[in-house]
Amino acid sequence: MNTGRPATRSARADLSLEELRRLAFDLRIRDLQMIHGAGIGHTGGDLSAMDILTVLYFRVLDVDPSNPMDPGRDRFVMSKGHCSGALYTTLAHVGFFPKDELASYMKPMSRLNGHPDRTKVPGVETNTGPLGHGLPVALGMALGARLQKQAWRTFVLTGDGELQEGSNWEAAMNAAQHGLDNLTLIVDRNRFQQGDAVANTVELDPLADKFTAFGWAVREIDGHDFEALASVLGRTPAEVGKPTAIIAHTHKGCGVSFMEDQAGWHHRVPSDEELERAIRELTERRDAHVA
Amino acid sequence: MLHDCREAFAETLEALASERDDIVAVANDSIGSSKLGGFRGSFPDRLFNVGIAEQTLVGTGAGLANAGLVPFVSSASCFLTARALEQIKADVAYSNTNVKLIGMSSGMAYGALGPTHHSIEDFAWLRAIANLVVVAPADPEETRQAVRAAAEFHGPIFLRISRMGVPDVHGPDYRFQIGKASVLREGTDVTLIANGVMAHKALEAADRLAGRGLEARVLNMATVRPIDREAIVAAARETGRIVTAEEHTVFGGLGSAVAEVVVQEAPVPMRMVGVPGEFAPTGEPEFLFEHFGLTSDNIAEKAEELARIHA
Repeated sequence: MNTGRPATRSARADLSLEELRRLAFDLRIRDLQMIHGAGIGHTGGDLSAMDILTVLYFRVLDVDPSNPMDPGRDRFVMSKGHCSGALYTTLAHVGFFPKDELASYMKPMSRLNGHPDRTKVPGVETNTGPLGHGLPVALGMALGARLQKQAWRTFVLTGDGELQEGSNWEAAMNAAQHGLDNLTLIVDRNRFQQGDAVANTVELDPLADKFTAFGWAVREIDGHDFEALASVLGRTPAEVGKPTAIIAHTHKGCGVSFMEDQAGWHHRVPSDEELERAIRELTERRDAHVA
Repeated sequence: MLHDCREAFAETLEALASERDDIVAVANDSIGSSKLGGFRGSFPDRLFNVGIAEQTLVGTGAGLANAGLVPFVSSASCFLTARALEQIKADVAYSNTNVKLIGMSSGMAYGALGPTHHSIEDFAWLRAIANLVVVAPADPEETRQAVRAAAEFHGPIFLRISRMGVPDVHGPDYRFQIGKASVLREGTDVTLIANGVMAHKALEAADRLAGRGLEARVLNMATVRPIDREAIVAAARETGRIVTAEEHTVFGGLGSAVAEVVVQEAPVPMRMVGVPGEFAPTGEPEFLFEHFGLTSDNIAEKAEELARIHA
């Protein structure tokens, strides 16, 4: 669906893919510092989602941090609300609130709660935390846009373990029933949930087949490949007349070697020494890459 | 003459939808039981039937509100409030979305279908949630006005609409206000506080009591949250005794809400008429109301008991 407007009204819309890639490393560093400062957070899932969020907010979403409630804005629903750290870091860098405020993450009376609160944080569309809430709400948004013949789009990011919640499949059936091609689901397919690998818990594969069977247009991408993210997220719907499911294959803890693909880093907080190592690694990786 | 308040709900919603483009309805295969057939006929594209999927029912309502619409999310109260309680809490109340939750056929109206279909816990569940208004209208006039008030009110609200026949207890001059009790009868010896289908039974009980020399004040406490503290304190101070009556468990419902105010602000003896802490046996609503003492006789008896013990 073409909104007839520039793809984003973000102040940083001019960033190249290489600049976005570097930015995502900086956002990871800021996020880890924030979690370290708070002494609490969801480290692994924040890092797996960061590239997706970076591309969404700096390339894809038509949102205006100076007018966060603009009725014509694209809607983004962070269904994996426990990864509020990644969301807040991104929102602050887009300009929805001052970056300095990130230091208050989960501190007493901070508006940056462990799970996002739309009544307090500009840019948050719905309060999430319990899993399986985002897609049904996003469904309602997409139905509302279509009923009012409005061109804005709805994007929702879920975890993969989260898809074990039945509410997602209720909403998936409904989205297909209505042929909602203004709705895009991105699955952060990092293959881990809180306690174990998804495959050792309740496996979701064949996930693409499931969404196809539910009537969705499905695309699978490397969720850390900026070319792929920009190209697939930037060209929705994948098929006219169908909702789009983008399965983004990611790594939990992506960017820090000792956190990657480790279920233990789901909500572990880095020690002083681990933070230092992580920042060193992230900085090296950021600077090593030649576009 | 007895009325089904669902009819008053449906005709008011249809009238509102003609007046305002932003009114939409969301149902869970509940178009017939919510009396939304007329709405569907007049506004087919503004009725979203999500199928048998209560979590998505409420989530969709929150999303439609985010899109600037005013959704009336209508479902049997037992399924709406129990199956989707977390959506009501997170997507509607905590997110402060402009969603109107309509709990249909509440209480024990489904009779012999049994406790799975009874909704005698909804006051307790919902009034524990912050930022959620909870209203149980007593008759068609109050239902009509409550539906309009819900549409005008910006924020989360739950209306509990019964399918059981009720007589009119309010005249056309009545003006419903969220959070305000209505005085159905003045009296100084005891106050009977009820709502929903029990309001007219409280009035009947007052008639009976008058014949026995007790003048009962009758308050229709349609709004359970936020409750009308002022009316409760006045009743306690001016009549010295309170009997509550509700089509709900006595654990956490209207009686509890009244008692919370009474014990803290103006302690007086109370009795609570309602469903005791047990699942209902098999039976039609009339049988179950008798079985649990949800009757005007029992309300009057409790008032007399208070008058006797606390003379």
